[in-house]
Amino acid sequence: MNLHEYQAKWLFAQHGVPIPKGKVATTGSQARSIARELGGRVVVKSQVLTGGRGKAGGVKLANDPDEAESIANQILGLDIKGYTVRKVLVDEAANIRDEIYLAILIDRSRRLPMMMASAAGGMDIEQVAAETPEKIFRIHIDPMIGLRSYQSTYVASGMDLPPKLWREFHIITTGLFDAFRAVDASLAEINPLVVTGENGLLAVDGKLSIDDNALFRHPELAEMRDVDEETESEREARQYGLSYIQLDGNIGCMVNGAGLAMATMDVIKLYGGEPANFLDIGGGATTESVTAALRIILADAKVKAVLFNIFGGIVRGDEVANGIVEALKQIGSDIPMVVRLLGTNAEEGLQILADANMATATTLTEAAQKAVALA
Amino acid sequence: MSILIDQNTRLLVHGITGRQGMFHTEKMLAYGTNVVGGITPGKGGQWVHGVPVFNTAQKAMEATGANCSMISVPARFAADSMYEAADAGIPLIICLTEGIPVQDMIEVRAYLDRLGVRLVGPNCPGLITPGKPGRAGMSGTKVGITPGSIVMPGRAGIVSRSGTLTYEVIYALTSRGIGQSTCIGIGGDPIIGSNFIDVLRMFEEDPETDRVVIIGEIGGNDEQLAAAYISKSMTKPVAAFIAGRTAPPGRRMGHAGAIVEGASGTAEAKIEALEAVGVKVADHPEQIVELIS
Repeated sequence: MNLHEYQAKWLFAQHGVPIPKGKVATTGSQARSIARELGGRVVVKSQVLTGGRGKAGGVKLANDPDEAESIANQILGLDIKGYTVRKVLVDEAANIRDEIYLAILIDRSRRLPMMMASAAGGMDIEQVAAETPEKIFRIHIDPMIGLRSYQSTYVASGMDLPPKLWREFHIITTGLFDAFRAVDASLAEINPLVVTGENGLLAVDGKLSIDDNALFRHPELAEMRDVDEETESEREARQYGLSYIQLDGNIGCMVNGAGLAMATMDVIKLYGGEPANFLDIGGGATTESVTAALRIILADAKVKAVLFNIFGGIVRGDEVANGIVEALKQIGSDIPMVVRLLGTNAEEGLQILADANMATATTLTEAAQKAVALA
Repeated sequence: MSILIDQNTRLLVHGITGRQGMFHTEKMLAYGTNVVGGITPGKGGQWVHGVPVFNTAQKAMEATGANCSMISVPARFAADSMYEAADAGIPLIICLTEGIPVQDMIEVRAYLDRLGVRLVGPNCPGLITPGKPGRAGMSGTKVGITPGSIVMPGRAGIVSRSGTLTYEVIYALTSRGIGQSTCIGIGGDPIIGSNFIDVLRMFEEDPETDRVVIIGEIGGNDEQLAAAYISKSMTKPVAAFIAGRTAPPGRRMGHAGAIVEGASGTAEAKIEALEAVGVKVADHPEQIVELIS
């Protein structure tokens, strides 16, 4: 789960990271009164869960409350990469001298949290990594001993940060690590961390991704989920415990198991088709979950054919077949469908489907070819 | 023979009184696995399919001399169960549970490494060493949920990050008469116990495995590390399938670990690394059969 910038910065601030004064507005007049309260120049920033807000015109400076209001009115309602702006953050404008990139994430191969920092802040870190890898500093953090002062010093001195800022930098790195631990983050990022004209450090932008698997112990964070940022289908899928990701193709797929779901998409593509989605119905294929999944797939108007690929291991093929037939009765659709069943009681299942006049297949290749031909 | 589990395995099931635990205990017993005990706090003294239930792993160890634990408890209790098994002296833990927080797994893995405990999983289907029906019932050993009906004894070792996709490949192999020595699911999470290299090394040393199938997917760089190991240390032929060629970047594809972040996580990068060291990579799962025959 990704949090908005204002939520991320607020959580960082709880752990001692300095952030600009600011508040969230949902209307232009609110933006005006926040700007008046703050005094001086402000920056109006769209709050959407995607990158590239600046380039899309979603981040702008305002010199006074009047301008803050008109800019907020421009930005609110803006479409940024498919996300509608519903909130803006109005922050005190920082006096920026230098920009630093600072993040904590998980290094899978070392199996440890890792701090990444670069003096080339404000830039896309992937680009820095590709063009000037020597400018990126990486420090692994053992949770047993935490992030130590010498590690922050290694990074600060490596980036040529003035020595009188090293102590403050360490307060920020440990604050960021504490936040990372406290909220079960998979990524906590400050980009940029600004060296101000007043010789201080300030986290001007923040990004925080929370491990969905840890939300059970963070009910307060689960409530921060912005349901406006989800599509109807994503919301429904989440409610039914389905893994669903919409894609651009026209062949809908319903599969049990994430690896098999990816492989099914790959095979569709291999035979000249384009998958419309990734959908894993999980361990048990019940009538209820099959019905919900089918509804979600068919809600996508691009879908011209549906491929079911179910490996009956623990789940029995005849049960799945009955589930599919029942789901179709409830939903009703003219879209052609191909069902492939494998494993336990597959033959009985295929018979049930054949009786219901559905196209069936035994191998994945055959199923994919049929679906591609029908789409 | 086989790797990690065989007829000498004495298994404890953590979460044996749960719906899944009970169901799979019955299946494992029927397949020939020696399930010696189960653990559910507060339910010590009960029996599940003829298997005694204990309140703690410590008590279960004293009573049964177990040498393997299978964890089938809800995600929020899974880390605790793994620590408990390790502290009781269990040398091999198979964790099926999906949805364990990544930061928990960092600590669990570090602790288990310190005690020299081998972990398989989490978020995996476990292992199966295929057996045959005999006078005393099935002679196979399975720890986990892979259906016994799709495997057959033989000499191909299977290692995979996935569940049903592995069944798909096993099924295709079995249908064409290619049996398996051991099939092992290492799990789809970002932080796992045993990785491809650990398992490849065991298959390389196993006298009853003569070829190996790797089933990988997007995310991380475990497949690239496996490729380097294969080129340096494997004498047995290896074939592979990598799922997720059509996966969009930055989206988590069901498994917590299946997400393309940066160039090394893509299916293309993994396929390229494996092909560069002579591993044949299948275009679709059923093609594995042709590449490994």
